Amino acid sequence: MRKRRPKLAVWKFASCDGCQLSLLDCEDELLAVANALEIAQFAEATRASVKGPYDLSLVEGSITTAHDAERIREIRRNSHFLVAIGACATAGGIQALRNFADVGEYLSIVYARPDYISTLATSTALSEHVAVDFELRGCPINKHQLLEVVSAFLAGRRPIVPAHSVCIECKLGGNVCVMAAHGTPCLGPVTHAGCGALCPAYDRGCYGCYGPMETPNAPALSAWLQGLGWNADTLKCVYRTFNANAPAFRDESERHDGAP
Amino acid sequence: MAVKTIKVDYLARVEGEGGLKVVIRDGGVASAELKIFEPPRFFEAFLRGRAFSEAPDIVARICGICPVAYQMSAVQAIEDALAVDVGAPLRALRRLLYCGEWIESHTLHVYMLHAPDFLGYEGAVEMARDHGDAVRRGLALKKAGNAIISLLGGREIHPINVRVGGFYRTPRRRELQPLAEELKAARDAALETVQWAARFDFPDRERDYEFVALRHETDYPFYEGRIVSTSGLNIAPAEYDAHFEETQVEHSTALHAHMKNGGAYLVGPLARYNLNFDRLSRLAKDAAREAGLGPVCANPYRSIIVRAVEVLYACDEALRLIDAYEEPERPFVDVTARAGVGYGATEAPRGLLYHRYEITTDGMIKDARIVPPTSQNQPSIEEDLRRFIGGWLELPEADLRHRCEQTVRNHDPCISCATHFLRLEVEHAS
Repeated sequence: MRKRRPKLAVWKFASCDGCQLSLLDCEDELLAVANALEIAQFAEATRASVKGPYDLSLVEGSITTAHDAERIREIRRNSHFLVAIGACATAGGIQALRNFADVGEYLSIVYARPDYISTLATSTALSEHVAVDFELRGCPINKHQLLEVVSAFLAGRRPIVPAHSVCIECKLGGNVCVMAAHGTPCLGPVTHAGCGALCPAYDRGCYGCYGPMETPNAPALSAWLQGLGWNADTLKCVYRTFNANAPAFRDESERHDGAP
Repeated sequence: MAVKTIKVDYLARVEGEGGLKVVIRDGGVASAELKIFEPPRFFEAFLRGRAFSEAPDIVARICGICPVAYQMSAVQAIEDALAVDVGAPLRALRRLLYCGEWIESHTLHVYMLHAPDFLGYEGAVEMARDHGDAVRRGLALKKAGNAIISLLGGREIHPINVRVGGFYRTPRRRELQPLAEELKAARDAALETVQWAARFDFPDRERDYEFVALRHETDYPFYEGRIVSTSGLNIAPAEYDAHFEETQVEHSTALHAHMKNGGAYLVGPLARYNLNFDRLSRLAKDAAREAGLGPVCANPYRSIIVRAVEVLYACDEALRLIDAYEEPERPFVDVTARAGVGYGATEAPRGLLYHRYEITTDGMIKDARIVPPTSQNQPSIEEDLRRFIGGWLELPEADLRHRCEQTVRNHDPCISCATHFLRLEVEHAS
């Protein structure tokens, strides 16, 4: 008899849908994935909805409402292995910019009737609400790394996802350093690998969409960036994008907030 | 009094989360609401105070399925504010990038989100068990679209190579050649897709839409044009605010757009097709005719054929652009900050996407306004439900619910763009 296939669930919170789309973007592997796992819950792809518990839950998006804070706890209770996918789920995403501002003011900029809208004052990572078994970084995630996470789960081993910086990826890929060679400001030295050092390969500096690497020294990089002409206000902004609430980037952006 | 309620907590196979509620009274549809409770993400608020150069990277994050559309409307609007003209070669390259997004996004909808409604499956993976060749053809076609975005944009989702003024890096001619080979195969697959979709059974439902789309002097529109409509509107993007307005309704965190003279309108593939049939390539026109479409199609269930025709056109157009490609002298033109207001309108796969930015003298964004296609289509989607499902009220509940979902999916709503959450409740009251 064929062994029961593990149940896969894909869930969404506040996000752009891009990270779960990464699974559908695995055009060559999707049907094999669907063969190895039972897709029990994946609203973007199917109406089928199989009850939990789920062996593997991939969760996209950040927590921005009281209802969602409850929903992620329910999903945690129903999941053996829970993986946060993407910058929203691992750091609160770009919508965490509200954490630095007055949400009431944001509401009134976008909506004529803010009283119809229910939202928390913050956007937070899943790990601030529940235990997360693995975090896959990136805005968006790298689909090959997603396949690695799924394969590792099926094989019962840890995913091989390096936590070093984008600089190492540039060296591995043979890129010329845009900062050393062209004086282009680059967040590569403090940014988590995973994209394959895309931006330097396209003649621009890394803008940090994979969030902080494991042991970043952001103040040292900021001093270099100031030497290349970036002022405090620019520094505040560059750390405050898609991983604004990741501690290493949040602290560094706050160090430059209001500085001369 | 018999009251029957059909409820689905989460509408599947749309981008984002939402629901809908239909109230049936005395054998007729009393009301229909597309309910969108997606938590808001406040893009227009946090664009304020950011440098204009950051906008293409930030607005991409509104939607993982159509990030290129957001980038294109943004750079166009900001370049308008800064009085920058990127010139023909860079415009052509942007158009090529947009072809990739149309192919990828439309193919996702045709094969994975919409076709299962017609063939009776829960999703494409289930459909693949009986229609493996078709699903594999769809995946290969989608991959070809993504290949364009990956080459020109760096990656499929949230491309990194778009900037105000052009690109960070432009490809060499020889880099485009392998893409051309993949696109030739994709064009064949797209033609087969049109023929495949044309064989589905379509409900006999039509209505008199007010279509709104871009129109360009020579091109089938995606990157630029004037905003035109069925009833004769013909305006520049800068005049959008004078003719359209957005209002807030309690059942949706996405604003609803209307024409100021009062009416709901429809944007997207049907609107583009009906207002621009003459701008399609010969191959796309012939395929449309063979598929039984005239120059006018007002049956939204047949929009799956129109999407397939647009994919065919996008493959054709991408091949034309690659053939005509001349490497620009520089990947971007220089841009200098100055105070101004700029407007941009492009055709996202789901329809007209309008951006407006006010820029300060030091190059910061003072104000941003973004009107996504799904906001504009919400009132028309609700009207479709009111008008179309009347003939199906005697169906078993599961079938009626499915018809309601299909009716919403006709318009490929991207609730992530507009904001999200769809909950289906069909209430029978007598």
